[in-house]
Parts: sequence; C-alpha cells; structure tokens
Amino acid sequence: MKNVDYDIVIIGGGPAGLTAGLYAARARLNVILVEKLAPGGQVLVTDRVENYPGFPDGISGFELVQKMTEQAKQFDLVIENNEVLSMDLSDQVKTVRLSDKTITAHAIVIATGASPRKLGIPGEDVFFGKGVSSCATCDGPFYRDRVVAAVGGGDTAVQESIFLTKFAKKVYLIHRRDELRATGILRERALANDKIEFLWDSVLTGIQGLTNVEKITVKNVKSGDTKSLAADGCFIWIGIRPNADFLGDLVRRDEFGFVVVNSNMETSVPGVFAAGDVRVTPLRQIVTAVGDAGIAAFSAEHYIESL
Amino acid sequence: MAEGVMDIDDSSFEAEVLQSEKPVLVDFWAPWCGPCKAIGPAIEELAGTFGNKIKFTKCNVDDNPLSPGKYGVRAIPTLIFFKEGKDVEQITGMVAKSKLEDAINKIL
Repeated sequence: MKNVDYDIVIIGGGPAGLTAGLYAARARLNVILVEKLAPGGQVLVTDRVENYPGFPDGISGFELVQKMTEQAKQFDLVIENNEVLSMDLSDQVKTVRLSDKTITAHAIVIATGASPRKLGIPGEDVFFGKGVSSCATCDGPFYRDRVVAAVGGGDTAVQESIFLTKFAKKVYLIHRRDELRATGILRERALANDKIEFLWDSVLTGIQGLTNVEKITVKNVKSGDTKSLAADGCFIWIGIRPNADFLGDLVRRDEFGFVVVNSNMETSVPGVFAAGDVRVTPLRQIVTAVGDAGIAAFSAEHYIESL
Repeated sequence: MAEGVMDIDDSSFEAEVLQSEKPVLVDFWAPWCGPCKAIGPAIEELAGTFGNKIKFTKCNVDDNPLSPGKYGVRAIPTLIFFKEGKDVEQITGMVAKSKLEDAINKIL
C-alpha cells in the first residue's frame, strides 16, 4: 500500500461527517475530519429535534451536535477547522488541498451537506441579517409582537413558522401551492395555529424597507394579483442546494448538483464516498445522514483493505 | 466564559465600546442561538491571537435589547467592529474563522 497522510479524509462536520468519523475512529483507521465552520451544519439552527430516536423529550440541534462531537472525540477522531479548496482524485492516492496545506489519503468521505436555497428576488441579499433570515431559532426572538412572513410549504417552513408564532403576533405563510407538503403532524399543528395566516398559491416577489425589512410584495400565481404587506421580517425556507461547488465534475452529480452514489455510498470514483444531505436521496434527515455515514465508513474501510 | 472576551451590557456599552481607544469587536449573541454558541470557540481563539490589538466583547441580546436595537441587529450571531466609536464592519451568520481574520486584518 502506498504511503499517505491519512486512511480517510472526511469532509464536513454535520451529523453525517461526525458519524463517519465515529465509525472510522472506532475501526482504528487514521482519520481526519475537516470542517470549514464549526461542527454541526444545518442541525445547529434547529430549535428542537423531535424525530431523532432516543430523545423522547426532543433535543436542541446544538446539544445533539455537541453530543455527537463528544462521542466521536472519545474515540480520538481528529477534527480540523479548515476548508477544502480542491482535490485531485485521478490517482489511487487522493490529494486534498486545504487552505494552508495539502494532504493525501486512501479514501474520501464527502459529507458537506446542503444550505438553504435563495429565492433570488430583489431585497433578499440586501436585507440578509436585517430582517431576511433562514434561522428562526437564531432570529425569531427579535420579532416579539411583530409581523413576519415565511416562505415555503415543506417540513422546515412549517415547523419553523410554528416556532415563530411563539414570538410574532402574526406569521404569513406564503406557499406557491394550495396545500402543504410538510409531514402530517406539522400540517395539523400549523393549520390549527390561529397566528398563522396562509397565503396559498402565492409567491414572494420583493422585499422592501429603508434599513430593515418593512414591506413585502406577494403575487398570487392563479389570479396574477400582486399585493404589498407590512412585515418586519421574512424567513425563507424553499429547499436546499448541495454544498458541492468545490467538487466541480470530479464525481458524478445530478442535475441539481447532488452527488450520485450507489447503496454502498460509493460515488463514481473508487475510494470516494458520499453521505447525508449532499447525496441524491429521497429523504434528508438526521437519521438518514447518520445511516448513510455508517455505510460510507464501512465501505471505505473495506475499500482500504482491498488495496 | 473564556478569558479574553469581555461581557458587556447596555450600561457599559458606551464606555467599553464607543469610548474605547482600541478597535472593538462586539459579538451579539444569545443562549438560545446554536450558531452563536458554535462560533464562540473561534472568537475566543481570535481573542487569544489579536487580543492586544482589538478588544473582544460579547453582548447578550436577551438581557440587553438597547444596544442591538441601536445598530439594527435583527439576526444573530452578528459581529460588529467599532473603531473610534463608529461601526465600521458588520458580519452576520456563521462564517469561517479565516473570514473573521480577514475582517480583523482589514480593521487593523
């Protein structure tokens, strides 16, 4: 076997990366996890996780991530705060270029997750942090007794809109269809919440204000009517995009940029695996991310043994 | 919390931030904010490196509504750099430590 710095380099420190790290570290492989920001990923912005088994009272996203990090570190997983700039995957020995050095490895696990997608409408960027947000846990309490708008109809949009009603006196939930896509229990809770006013068949077309968000423009897609509503904040949850720009065309990706893998979490390049939200998958949850990661670490271990 | 990052409140904001001779970084945070807690260690590390040139402070927005209100903070974490009493740079959301370093080097 050729000489390398690490058996496995895991890219990304959300639930998928931390779980792959846990498994690889327990397998006593020489593994490093590289995280650009801080361990956690999207889970950090989740106020309460109530669909991850083992926590009957629910658990905050931050606390869950802390526990996952602590557990992986107990088995000596090395977590480095660094950014992957590029990779060379053409040889059997993989090369990963970080911001201050280059490292080599037998196998790579891509677990970079996904980020909230933007609408691309006027005002969205200008007012980010000034009323426009995608983190209700972080910013919801600034809207005590105020009026906010939320965009989306999936699990995140609905769950977070319900959370916002703890603070806001009114939440406009703007959804382009006439029914919610969110899971049953969330739908029930939202429809029963009298602080939420649904704007069905509608899209947000603009965000206005002086220094902070003051007004939004909403268009009904069926009638074509446009109206302006007073709102102090605007939360956008219209889905996600993969954090995979750094991959370019190194591995096969689908039309939306998600990494294509088989049931062993193998990408189109031998020795390169992907797990969690970054991969093509029908469901993006913490449970699916950790499940993927266990398989990815297991497959990586077998791949290394076969070299 | 850690050494090197000073807790400030609405009553000490004027003296510690606006009247400071050194540039000041104010980290607006709250205990319920996961990303705020997640970037905490990076800020503490930076305080260790740049603490002699910049005063590192943190302001709990739950207990101190006036200061964040004055600077239009509607999202946390928000980091604001102050120089000679003026807010000169604002960063919102979770960012990489290297981005914070770049911002600090720009201020200095």
